[in-house]
Formats: sequence, structure tokens, C-alpha cells
Amino acid sequence: MFRSIALAAALVVASATAFAQSGKITVVTSFSKDVTDPLKKAFEKATPGATLEVQNRNTNAGVKFVDETKANNQVDLFWASAPDAFEVLKAKKLLSPYKPKATGIAEAVGSYPVNDKDGFYVGFAASGYGIMWNERYVKANKLPTPKEWQDLAQAPYFDHVSISAPSRSGTTHLTIETILQGEGWAKGWRTIKEIAGNLRQVTDRSFGVPENVNSGQVGYGIVIDFFAFSSQGAGFPVKFVYPSVTTLVPANIGVIVNAPNKAGAEAFIEFLLSPGGQEALLEPTIRRLPVRPETYAKAPADYPNPFKDKNLQGLLTFDAGLSEKRNEAVDVLFDQLVTFQLEPLKAATKSLHELDAALARKDNAQARALAKEARDLIAAMPVTDAEAASPEIRQAFTGGKQKTARQAELEQQWAAFAKEKYTAAKAKADEGLKLTR
Amino acid sequence: MMLPTAAAPLATHRATGATVLALAIGVFLLAFLVVPVATVVYVAFTEKGGGGFTLVNFVDFARTDLFVRSFWNSIYVSAMTVLWSSAFALPLAYLTTRFEFRGAGLVQTLGFLPLIMPPFVGAVAMQLLFGRNGTVNLLLDEHFGFKIGFMEGLNGVIFLQAIHYFPFILVNLSAALRNIDRSMEEAAQNLGSHGLRLFRRIAFPLALPGYVAGASLVFVKVFDDVASPLLLNVKEMLAPQAYLRITSIGIDDPMGYVIAVVLILIAIATMWCSARVLKGKDYATTQRGGGGLARRRLTGRQSILAYALVLSILALVLAPHVGLLLLSFATVWSFSPLPDGFTLSHYARVLGDSSVYITNTLLYSGLAAAIDVVLGGAIAYLVLRTRVPGRGILDWGAGAALAVPGVVLGIGYLRAFYGVKLPDGTSLAALWIMIVLAIAIRRLPYALRAAYAALQQISVSLEEAAENLGATKSRTVRRIVIPLMTGGLLAGFVTSFATAAVELSAVLMLVQNNSDAPLSYGLYVLMQTPAGRGAGAALGVIAVIIVAACMGLSQLAADRSQRARGLDL
Repeated sequence: MFRSIALAAALVVASATAFAQSGKITVVTSFSKDVTDPLKKAFEKATPGATLEVQNRNTNAGVKFVDETKANNQVDLFWASAPDAFEVLKAKKLLSPYKPKATGIAEAVGSYPVNDKDGFYVGFAASGYGIMWNERYVKANKLPTPKEWQDLAQAPYFDHVSISAPSRSGTTHLTIETILQGEGWAKGWRTIKEIAGNLRQVTDRSFGVPENVNSGQVGYGIVIDFFAFSSQGAGFPVKFVYPSVTTLVPANIGVIVNAPNKAGAEAFIEFLLSPGGQEALLEPTIRRLPVRPETYAKAPADYPNPFKDKNLQGLLTFDAGLSEKRNEAVDVLFDQLVTFQLEPLKAATKSLHELDAALARKDNAQARALAKEARDLIAAMPVTDAEAASPEIRQAFTGGKQKTARQAELEQQWAAFAKEKYTAAKAKADEGLKLTR
Repeated sequence: MMLPTAAAPLATHRATGATVLALAIGVFLLAFLVVPVATVVYVAFTEKGGGGFTLVNFVDFARTDLFVRSFWNSIYVSAMTVLWSSAFALPLAYLTTRFEFRGAGLVQTLGFLPLIMPPFVGAVAMQLLFGRNGTVNLLLDEHFGFKIGFMEGLNGVIFLQAIHYFPFILVNLSAALRNIDRSMEEAAQNLGSHGLRLFRRIAFPLALPGYVAGASLVFVKVFDDVASPLLLNVKEMLAPQAYLRITSIGIDDPMGYVIAVVLILIAIATMWCSARVLKGKDYATTQRGGGGLARRRLTGRQSILAYALVLSILALVLAPHVGLLLLSFATVWSFSPLPDGFTLSHYARVLGDSSVYITNTLLYSGLAAAIDVVLGGAIAYLVLRTRVPGRGILDWGAGAALAVPGVVLGIGYLRAFYGVKLPDGTSLAALWIMIVLAIAIRRLPYALRAAYAALQQISVSLEEAAENLGATKSRTVRRIVIPLMTGGLLAGFVTSFATAAVELSAVLMLVQNNSDAPLSYGLYVLMQTPAGRGAGAALGVIAVIIVAACMGLSQLAADRSQRARGLDL
């Protein structure tokens, strides 16, 4: 009896000393209370004496805050989804490298490596992109159920789709980048712009998309999986599907340079990667995909498993170097070609949908040729992939010496290019439409 | 009629005291507005990647179609919003102040509520009511087979902004109308004027300072507002363009700050124009606030019409709050005219852990509004009653605060104050008082406009009379000017207080731990999750109720004290 109590006590002490750290650990995070509260509780229970002070900020405000306060830094950890935010912090030398001691963590989830190759930040969970829709909306408008990205480019989806801008959402950026890497620059942009022609809106917040799908203001949203799962958990009539080519993106954590409680910060990272921390990710309000493969044994039956499920395996190896080189160019191209040219793009797309419908009723070779021309005009890009990653264009965004134009000049050129092409595409499609009458 | 120059002989006596006051205000504005903002927006005048002073970014601004388009869109939306806000505010203000109108106080309070729209959750409530698949459109579609694009494009922004900001005109115009001596209208009536003509020729012109104060606020505020356009996904306006650029990771170019400079210039230009409109005219009357005479009465038919008009305006402008209330009790509300079911659980969830947010909000907003009223009143006095050199700069500087994007001010505060360490090693910027100062600066223009309008309606001869009777300068200010300005100062306090309670953008930058966070921060945290929507709405309703209650109380207190002094019967 005494022995077993002593043993239990010893075990408690042992497990406590596993993350033996005390004092206040300050973490800046973009994660919502639903995510941070359970993890905070579990961590504080496993680590007596430690308190986690959670500062909720959106990703950008968080980055700015850490940057502006570096002279007198009081923050221990930065904790967010968007890998690009960590890239920015890393480039500004605001992260200090840490190699986790935890074992049994996967090297990669899907096609994306879990940890930063230079060791400045650590992936602790993954999430996948997919399509979420409002069942009532779809039923009332008699719309189809999507399976693949390409479905969203079809005529019935016109004006019903929503996405957040890649310049505003690191995870959307990765999805766009994955399509570009998977299909190649030209074909990838063609796919993206065909879907974009059906967009109802490009939101400036990641959460704006699920918010609008939940309240039925748009039908479909291109979202990260946990938004859909937690919406279902809150009772909204929404469904979600992973297309067969999807991306899994990691959610990360990193230690800030000159952290006042570095040991505490490291203890929290170890906790997140520990079996207990990983299991906490399965909670309904969190619903992230653990990076510890063994944890999936404890998951509910229908839980997606990126280490087993075929469609989550990832068909390509993500080239992080390439992605980084053209990071700004891709964001700005999307904004200038899609976000701020949505009206002409949609007008051209609408005419094309009408032409397609007319051609399906009665074929006309000449009109078909015009439709193809219009599609090519929409797909046209002002820069090649080599140019987008070139130092000349990169430095227009970073302010280097090799730039050939200022960022504002590039933006104006690209916007003018897109507007001209979309207007021409609409003219072609309308011309074809006349021929079919 | 008194000419403004009448102030001249008085000016020399008080030169020293006024100069000290002006200097103190100048230092305050310099430290908490100019320097922090300058640490951020100087980027607009440098080329990216180093280099000295340049104006090339402004050339780029003029050459970029997107920015030029955004500029004209913003002008159009702001002007149209002033028009619509006036249409909402004029009947409410006129009917409730110049006539026997039962429930006038209630109408005034309710008419103020639209200004207190909690961030994020207000947007969701609006979409659920007026959106493409909101209550109104779903019902229209079901019964009549068509929808109205209330929330589409620029017109949607105008609709939202007019509902949201018309209280600026209502509050300032009402305060001004209340100050008009009843005998002015009686004189006109005796000479045969009545109805609209009486309003157009007598009441409205005399209340012009109040109207201009409100209208210029609406114009600048709409021009600089980010929340409403982004809620409707309208990005092609100037303020959203600045916001998107400043807050996008990686797109760290000067253009966002160039736009911020343009916004500030537009705000100053608007204030200058509104001063021009009133320049060279005198709005002061020596008698105040009804002078003990009864308000006009409405005939039976007139009052039915008046109530119908007032009620329909209130129904429209309060719709968002009704939506918010419904949302706070709703289980699930998605693509349906009304929620699926009702529950109290959201309130249970927020009541537990939000009391600290509520206390903080009341403390911060109350302090900020108090600072604003003191500063606003002082600046208005310096500008209108003294000849201290540079007083115009104080006025414009404070007015320009209106146009400084909240996020710019937040970053500026971190940049200017985070390095300043207190003796115990904590940073100056980490103190909650910095949040108060940031909010006070953001809301100063509201109080300033109100104080300005109030003082413009007071005749200098009253002060001269007091001084002729031997009162000292400070005694005159204390016993004559401040009591007579009470109505306007209260309007300023209430506007600053209520809008400070829902301020988010600067707060989000400056909050450094949960125990110092105000309500808007708690709301923000809740509204980032699907499950937090109902709870966010509940917190929003609590915020609105508390702010409204505080406004009601301060109104009551002011009325009492005015009555005690026999100023208003």
C-alpha cells in the first residue's frame, strides 16, 4: 500500500520534472481561445509552477509586436499557423534555434517538412486545405457537391465561392503555391484564375471565409480543415471535403531571441510534442492533425490520418526554397490579377460560361476557337516563373539594388496587363456568343 | 450681433495663462500623437531599401490606377454618407429638441446606439439581416421573388456607414438646437414664418456649427474607416488599401504609409473647409437654451406624422442591434430568416470570465473621454477666445488624429515608448495607461468638434460682462463659460466614451496581458472561432447595454446640474 503510494508519488514527481520549469511563460499566438485554453490547462497541470500567459493577436500584429519590442523583449514564444510569419521572424533574426528532444515525431506530413530546415521553428500539428460548403445554401440554390478543385471552376459555381487572399493568409498562400508547384507555373495560374472567375469574394481574414459560409452568405469556401470541423462542432450545417490533391501545412512554434524564460519556452515546446500534448490536439475544439503518428491510434474513427490516408500523402515534394524566392511575387500577382481585378475577371468568366452552355446546345467551330482564345487571354501571365523568382523582381519587394522597378510600378503594370487581357477575353467570348445565336 | 474680433481686447490680459495652456497641450499632442505617428509614417518619404528623402512614392500613388480609383470611391462614399446621415439625423434632432415630443430623451439615447457597434460581431449581425442571404432578402425572395443588394459594393458601404455614423450629426446638431433661444423662433413666427421655412431660415442656420461639426466628423470618419468596407469586402477604397498594405506580412512597402499621409491630409483639409464654412459669421446668442419658454406643440396630424417618421428611422438604424440581440440568443443561425432555436448559454459562457474586460473598458473609456473633454474644451477655448500664436496648429493637429489609422498609432506607440524603461525594468508601453492615452488621442476629435460647436454658440459679451463686473479670467471660465458649454462638452464626452468602448485596432497592438484587456479585445478573441459567434454577440450586447447605461446616467447627471443652476427648465 505504502509502496504503491510512494510509487505513484514518484511517478508524479518524475512526470513533473519531465517539464520541470516554473514561472511565467509568455506566448504570442494567433490561435483562438478554443485552441489555447485546453493546451494551457494541460500544460500547467503537467508542469507545476508554470503559468502560460497567452497574448492573442492576429498573426501580423503578433509579428509586428515582436519586431517593435525586440529591444526590451518580454515574449518567450511565437505560436501560429502561418509558416511565412515564421520566415519573416527568422529573416529579421527574431527567432532563436531550438532542436526538440522529443522522439517519435514524423519528418514530414504530406509533402511538407514538419520542422524548419535551419531549426528556427518547430511544427507541432498539421492541417489540410479543402472545400467547405453550407448545405442549406447548396440545397436552396440547387447546386452540386464539389470533390475536386477543378469542380469549383465549373459554371454552376459562378459567384458562390469564397477564398482568403494569399497575401493575408499564410495558409492560403501555401495552397496557391502548392497548385503552382504541382501543375507548373502556367497551368497552375490557369487553374487558379479559372476558379477565381467564380469567386464571390476574396476576404482579408482567413476566418472571414468560414464565417460567411456558416451564416450562409456564400455557398462554398476554400478553407483549412479545422475551420470546417469546428464549425460542424458548433452546429452549423456545413460539410467539408479534401480534394485528391491537397496540401497539408504545419502549425508552428518558435522561441524568440532573448526570451526572458527560455527554459520555460523550451518546456512548452516539449510538452506540445509529448504524447499528452499531441493527444490534446484531437479535442473537438482544436481538431489539428498530430505530427506524432502513434497518436492517431487514439483518434476517433473518422479522423483524417495523413500517415495512412492516400489522398493526404501528397503527390509532390514541396520545394520550400522555390516558394520562399517568389513569396512576395505570388502574393502580389494574386492581388493584382485577382483580388483587385475581380470585376473584369468575373465578367469575362460569366460570358465564357454562357458561351460554353450555348456551344453544348449547338456546336460552332469558330465560336469554340474564340472560347479557347478567351481562356488563353484569361490565363496569360505578365511574368514567367523564372522572372517571378529573379532577383530583379524579388528586390522590387525588398528594396535591393538589383531591382528594375519599384513595387508600386510593378503592381500598376501587372494590374493594367490583367485588366486589358480580361476585357479582351470578354470581348472574344461575347463575339463567340453572337455566332452561336 | 457680435463680431469675432470682439475677443481682441480681452486677449492681451490672459496672454500668459493661455500661452502656458497652449504649450502644455502642444507638448501632450507632440508626445502622444505627432512623435509616435512620425516614427511610422516617415517611411512614406523614403525609397524602399534605404535612401534619403523622396517624393517618388507620392508620384507612384498618383500613377497607380488602383489608388486613384480608391481615392474617388472614398470621396463618393463619404459625401453620400453625409447626405444620408443628415436625412436620418435632421428629423430626429429637430423634432426632439424644438417640439413637445414625448419620449424625446429615449429617442436621443436610442438614436445614439448605432455608434456603439462592437467590432466583428456587428458585421455578422448585419450580414444575417441585410446580406445577400439575410433575413430581409430571404423573405423578399420567398414572397416576391427578388432580392435587394443592400450590402453590395459602394452603395452597401454608404448604407452601412450612414446607419453607423449618423449619430455624430444627431448628437452635435441636437446640442446646438437645444442652445437656440426659443425667442428667435417666436420672433420669426410672429413675423409669419412657420413649418419648413422656419427650420430652413432660423433654426438650422443658428444650429449650423453643430451640424457642420457632425457632418465633418462623418465625412472624415467614413473616409478613414476600415471596418465597414472590409466587412462588405469592398477593398477599393483608400483606408482599406492603407490597412491591407500596412498589415500584410511581407508586403512591407511605403505605399501603405503614403496612403496614411493622404488620409491625414484629407482630414485636415476637411476640418479646414468646415472652419471656412463658419468663418466670418456669428452664431452666438446671449440667451441660452429656451429661456424658460415652452417648446412648440405639434397638432394631432403633425404628431402622428412625426412619430411615424421617428419610429421608422429608429427601426432602420437599430436593426443591427436587433440582429445582434437575436444572434446572442441564437443556437444556430444560418441561411434562414430567424435562428433555429434560442438559448441563454452564450450569456452563461461570457458572464463568467468577462467581468475583468468590462471593468477595464469602463475605466479606459471613462479616463480617455475625460482627457478628451478637457483637451477638447481647452483647445476650442484657445482657438476661439485667444490670440495665442499657433493655436490653429493645435486645432488641426488634434483634428488630424481622426485620420491616423489605429494600427499606425499602435505601432507608433510601441516604437516610441517600448524602449523607455521604468525603474523596475518594465516597459512604459506595457502599462495600461498607454492604452488609455492611445484611445484618448483617437477619440479627441469627437470631443473637440463638440466643444468647438458649443463655444461658437456662446456670446463673448457674457464673458465681457462678467469681467466688467470684476471677475478674474479663471473665474469667468469656471462660472460662465464651462457651465454654458456643459451640453456640448457632455455631447463630446458621450461620443468619445461610447466609441472608445468599442475601439479595437490600436488596442490590439498595445494589450500585453489578458488582465489589462478591454472588451473589444475579448470580443476579438471570441470572434475568431465558429463556436465563439454567439458568445461574441452576447458580449457585444453586454457592451452596448453598459455603454448605453453610462451614457444615460451622465445625461441624467448633467440635466440635474443644469436644472439646479436654472439653466434649463
